[in-house]
Amino acid sequence: MKLKVNAEEIQVSAATLAALCRELGYPEQGVATAVNGEFVPRQQRDNQPLRDGDAVEILAPMQGG
Amino acid sequence: MLNVYDTVLNSRLFLGTAQYPSPEQLRAAVERSQAEVVTVSLRREAAGEGSGQRFWQLIQSLGVRVLPNTAGCHTVQEAVTTAHMAREVFATRWVKLEVIGDDATLQPDVFGLVEAARILSEDGFQVFPYTTEDLVVAERLLAAGCRVLMPWGAPIGTGRGLNNVYGLRQLRAHFPEIPLVVDAGIGSPSHAAQALELGYDAVLLNTAVSKAGDPPAMAEAFAQAVNAGRLAYEAGLMEAHDLAAPSTPEFGTPFSPWSGHA
Repeated sequence: MKLKVNAEEIQVSAATLAALCRELGYPEQGVATAVNGEFVPRQQRDNQPLRDGDAVEILAPMQGG
Repeated sequence: MLNVYDTVLNSRLFLGTAQYPSPEQLRAAVERSQAEVVTVSLRREAAGEGSGQRFWQLIQSLGVRVLPNTAGCHTVQEAVTTAHMAREVFATRWVKLEVIGDDATLQPDVFGLVEAARILSEDGFQVFPYTTEDLVVAERLLAAGCRVLMPWGAPIGTGRGLNNVYGLRQLRAHFPEIPLVVDAGIGSPSHAAQALELGYDAVLLNTAVSKAGDPPAMAEAFAQAVNAGRLAYEAGLMEAHDLAAPSTPEFGTPFSPWSGHA
């Protein structure tokens, strides 16, 4: 399945958002996720299915003004 | 003392955490600024990089409150989603709401700002909106649930100070009970002092400290300026006059044709 993760097109086998985060090596805590522009809380990542072409954002804390 | 969303703050300086030469400089700057609130953000990060976590641990070790921003968001949807993501990661209901309307000036899209503020306030967020000094927009933001307003002094990163002192004065006069924070455009400690002298409750700045030759020293300079400005405001500033008025008593002036002595 092809996904856009942080605007980069990649091929993955994960069927859920939680599985995707594990497959890519992201920690469970400390990142926040969104699919197709909608926030997906940490507890719901297991139940969030992914479909071909979905746009996923995985964000981490960063310096800000 | 300053009270924002039922949180009492001793410091009237909110400090940004971006663009410091090193994490050590950031730490020292926050400490010397005496700021109790620092702004943070969320960004894409490659898996396994870990720099975001290291940054977050550094901030947590400083014992300050964080104010996550929605910097870079251009639509209501982007800002609302980013705010939700920030609430989960940073575990705070506070959000510095930015909806950018123009890339050249980073001027807020005030229409999107009001809409996003309403959505987020209804969802339990405590919104700190980055806005202009427009009075009507301010009214709408308050009606949307905001209890703090953060008008710009000048466009982000310009260091031009308070571009529209008249407008900022009007805003202060219209909303005497609402905490007002000048956010963006502050370039020097004198700008910060001026904002506090006008009766603004606090200033939020980043670049003026992070891009200074010695960021920690500049942070302390801002801390002193903010304290001086607030003290001056509370002490009551004299009014400016067009005509000179001697401060030394005129009675008994030597060589004057008038008789009399002190």
